[in-house]
Amino acid sequence: MFTVGCDFGALAAKIAVMDNGRMLSSAIRGITAAPEQVATDLLNAALSDAGLRAADVGCSISTGWGRKRVPFADSQVGEGACLARGAQWLLPSTRTVIDIGGQNIRALSINDAGKIVDSNSNDKCAAGSGRFLEVAAEALELKLGDMAAVAARSRTPAKVSSQCCVFAESEVVTLLNEGRELADIVAGVHDSIVRRIVAIAGPVGIKEDVLVCGGCAKNERLIQGLQAHIKLEMKRPEVDPQLVGAIGAALLAQDRLRKQPGT
Amino acid sequence: MILAGCDVGSLSAEALVMKNGTIIAAEIIKVRPRPEQSAADVMGLALANAGLGYSDIDYCVATGYGRENIPFANGNVSEISCHGRGAQWLVPSIRTVIDVGGQDCKVIRVDEEGRLQNFVMNDKCAAGTGRFLEFMAKLLRVGIEDLGPSALESEAPVSITNVCSVYAETEVLYSVYEGRATADIAAGINRAMAERVRALVKRVGVEEDVCLTGGVAKNAGVVKELEEMLRVEPRGLPIDPQLVGALGACLFANDQLHGSGA
Repeated sequence: MFTVGCDFGALAAKIAVMDNGRMLSSAIRGITAAPEQVATDLLNAALSDAGLRAADVGCSISTGWGRKRVPFADSQVGEGACLARGAQWLLPSTRTVIDIGGQNIRALSINDAGKIVDSNSNDKCAAGSGRFLEVAAEALELKLGDMAAVAARSRTPAKVSSQCCVFAESEVVTLLNEGRELADIVAGVHDSIVRRIVAIAGPVGIKEDVLVCGGCAKNERLIQGLQAHIKLEMKRPEVDPQLVGAIGAALLAQDRLRKQPGT
Repeated sequence: MILAGCDVGSLSAEALVMKNGTIIAAEIIKVRPRPEQSAADVMGLALANAGLGYSDIDYCVATGYGRENIPFANGNVSEISCHGRGAQWLVPSIRTVIDVGGQDCKVIRVDEEGRLQNFVMNDKCAAGTGRFLEFMAKLLRVGIEDLGPSALESEAPVSITNVCSVYAETEVLYSVYEGRATADIAAGINRAMAERVRALVKRVGVEEDVCLTGGVAKNAGVVKELEEMLRVEPRGLPIDPQLVGALGACLFANDQLHGSGA
């Protein structure tokens, strides 16, 4: 029973192909063309990796910001449900999911049955999301992947007071012009993001195990910052942390097939 | 008597020089890395235009976000007061000034003497500021000055529903991928911009006459949208709308020199 989950985010699209609780293949791609095209290319890449054809897929579910634009999806499910399902499958002891994506931060409190009991997200302002880090990296002419390592060299992090991503871009340039150390500015950017994530995740009641996912879970400095603030261990999935939503979507597709008589 | 006003903003700096109550020179530059550098450069240009030197200035007032670090200024006044004062001096019937600058947006109410009555300001979020337009122009790979003219050809502006510049960026990107015309995207951006300004205007209320100051006043697309939303026809100003803050500073220089007001 092959199923597909496609998490079409604002900045990156993710896909997972599963077969009875086993992940066969996955793919992640930046969104640089029409969503329908990106989703189709992603599906073809993942199916070819798994040695499957489109006709082999029993059910496909899409989720994420652009979920309505995924042409092959049989149905669409909200991000929260997919993240919860994916997190519970990857780490059954998960009680809190913190997803830090390109534009969105989402925190879920889930019970031992994997059901969402509380959730919170930033739906009006992108402060503290991956884009904040990206905008700062662009302004400082650094690679996104190098940001955490640069911040690690800081001894006295600068204070970045802008919440707005766009204003933070000019603030980091001003700090640089004022002669602040690059490492201190980058560390300050990380601190600002951590404060924002904690403000969003705090209200759901953070309990162990905490699973951090989304692209920003790849940033060591953010993980350490969250651990220092929340004083709990931040766990990460064994797969690429960007894939949790897509995996959850594929699992929900599998659940759906199981419920259908005659399959 | 030579008076000077210097307005150092987040994206541009302006200087204006008056001789016996008449504007004799003005300059606008993009900001340098440090406010004092921007101030010296722009004032140097304005003075050179007027054939004057720093020693000829009887009194200089600085305004704008960098106003406290200008070594040649004799005093400083907030840009809110300066925009209100400058605009009302240019067109005496003005009671509401909508100043959309590079990094903030202010709605300023003044009395018949140009004195500040009330104001509201957004400087926490880039939505509704010049930075929003700049961010979007960069995304569309057009100059910020082209957003206004290109939008006027649009018949079906794209819809931008998010306030946050970053979320709006994604909406715009999707429109680009869908092959929507640049004119329609530019018009959607101007409309989103005007919508934010309108939300701020609503908080303080409009009393006519109204005028627009700051760099965004030069974007005909935003001005047209705002006119329709507010149902008022803003009064045109006889000088570049970006110079109004520096003009107000000059007028306050006169007060401070003669010991009246501040």
